[in-house]
Amino acid sequence: MKKIAFALGLALIVTTPALAQDKGIDAATLEKYTKAMWPKTPEGWESRIAYDDTMKICSETRNQPSDADFAKIKAREAATVKFPADGNVMGDYKSGLKIANNGRGGTFTDKPMTNGANCYACHQLDLQEVSYGTLGPSLHLYGKNRGFKPEEAKAAYAKIYNSMGTAPCTNMPRFGYHGFLTEQQMKDLTAMLFDPNSPVNK
Amino acid sequence: MRRKIAVFAALMACAVGWGGVASAQQAVDTEKELEKYRQMMSDPMSNPGFLAVDRGEQLWSLKRGTKNVSLETCDLGIGPGKLEGAFAKLPRYFADADKVMDLEQRLAFCMDKIQGLDLADIKKRRFGKPGQTSDMEDLVAFIANKSSGFKIEPQLTHAKEKEAAAVGEALFYRRGDVLDFSCSTCHGEEGKRIRLQGLPDLSKPGKDAQATMGSWPTYRVSQGQLRTFQHRLWDCYRQQRAPEPGYLSDGLTAITVFLMKQAAGGELQVPSIKR
Ligand code: HEC
Ligand code: HEC
Repeated sequence: MKKIAFALGLALIVTTPALAQDKGIDAATLEKYTKAMWPKTPEGWESRIAYDDTMKICSETRNQPSDADFAKIKAREAATVKFPADGNVMGDYKSGLKIANNGRGGTFTDKPMTNGANCYACHQLDLQEVSYGTLGPSLHLYGKNRGFKPEEAKAAYAKIYNSMGTAPCTNMPRFGYHGFLTEQQMKDLTAMLFDPNSPVNK
Repeated sequence: MRRKIAVFAALMACAVGWGGVASAQQAVDTEKELEKYRQMMSDPMSNPGFLAVDRGEQLWSLKRGTKNVSLETCDLGIGPGKLEGAFAKLPRYFADADKVMDLEQRLAFCMDKIQGLDLADIKKRRFGKPGQTSDMEDLVAFIANKSSGFKIEPQLTHAKEKEAAAVGEALFYRRGDVLDFSCSTCHGEEGKRIRLQGLPDLSKPGKDAQATMGSWPTYRVSQGQLRTFQHRLWDCYRQQRAPEPGYLSDGLTAITVFLMKQAAGGELQVPSIKR
């Protein structure tokens, strides 16, 4: 995470990020357009979290928040993470693998269902699955490289729950924060990363 | 041969893209599509998108609406009824409507003002499906085809055109909804892919944007329909887990203006054909 913070810091020094406001578009004008695009919240979507402050800062700075905002977002997002009541973050890795491979759910053409996580959209995991994307780093050997340490597993659970608690404005979704995944799903995904028997660690 | 392989790879990616894991049924459907594709590739003249072009040509001169007139006096920006190259300069500002319009917004305007046509029906059939054609998709195919070979020439002189480009850019970076995505999440860096699907980098002017914007409208093999850019944006917001964006809304036109700006100088070859 330090690396990302450092890289972001560097980017801030080298290139002044072009703020949306610099282009002459004020928040009110933008709002006028988005209101016209989505005049009303569709039925069943009320519970979805609206455009929050973190999204706003990430959007306006094109994912390059100022140092002050970086720290603010990090603290605010990390504080949202809810761990399982019994403290056990490890579920069933086999189920985790299925969830990681499933990209269904959550679109306006989907019926309500248990959402897939589609980690493979962005990450390499099990080497047997060749259909993986490159928006995120490879997670092959993730648990093994971290000595299967329980505190590392806990950190991974937190990462899945709210990716911005460690990396403000990351491209990775905040799966638990938005309620997109259930606690059990996030436990299963953590096990996928940290169970020594998981193909991710082979 | 190379192209066939690329097509094959694209179709396979279709089955396992962000959409999810391929079911057995999907695998069968993909195989069927591939077969169709193989036949098509052996006859380059048979892009089914040209059927839409033909239907669009008839719709353009068809008298209808309460005024029982055709669309032939509609001004798409370069003079009433003038079609050659008009699409290459859209979206643009129209003084009579006092707003920036893309081709579909402009056609809706002309249907309403010139023909007195029932827009509810036109909007209901905005996206074609088996057994139901879309007048908009057909008209866009016909009109865009009259700009094939033209270079993309974004119109950015009027204050409202400039505003649209700036709003489009801000929307491109606007994150939202349950997965915190913005267009830039998937189209903000060169050489990235989601699953096996290559992603065009639309965040900077140049070849990716030119190749992308120069190939819409397109016949989408996976959907068996000619699709316009309004549909492409509808589908991207769907993938992004946003609520359904309003058809013909100014925000979609703003994004289109921004992307045409990124694609300036690219050559239109439309309708194209893609997976
Ligand atoms: C849209 C892209 C995307 C998706 C989907 C995604 N991630 Fe990520 N992920 C990233 C990016 C980018 C990073 C690097 C920046 C960061 O740490 O947030 C990352 C980082 C991580 C890390 C930390 C890596 C490290 O350096 O320690 C873990 C663990 C992780 N992701 C797990 C997952 C899991 C599990 C899922 C599915 C539930 C998932 N990710 C889905 C983009 C994504
Ligand atoms: C979750 C990832 C994701 C997000 C977010 C996303 N796209 Fe896409 N986009 C894709 C994928 C994958 C494809 C290509 C596959 C396909 O045809 O569906 C694509 C295709 C496109 C294309 C057509 C490319 C071509 O060659 O024809 C355009 C244009 C586009 N996206 C623009 C956008 C815009 C504008 C947004 C924001 C409103 C957006 N995308 C958001 C994943 C995404």
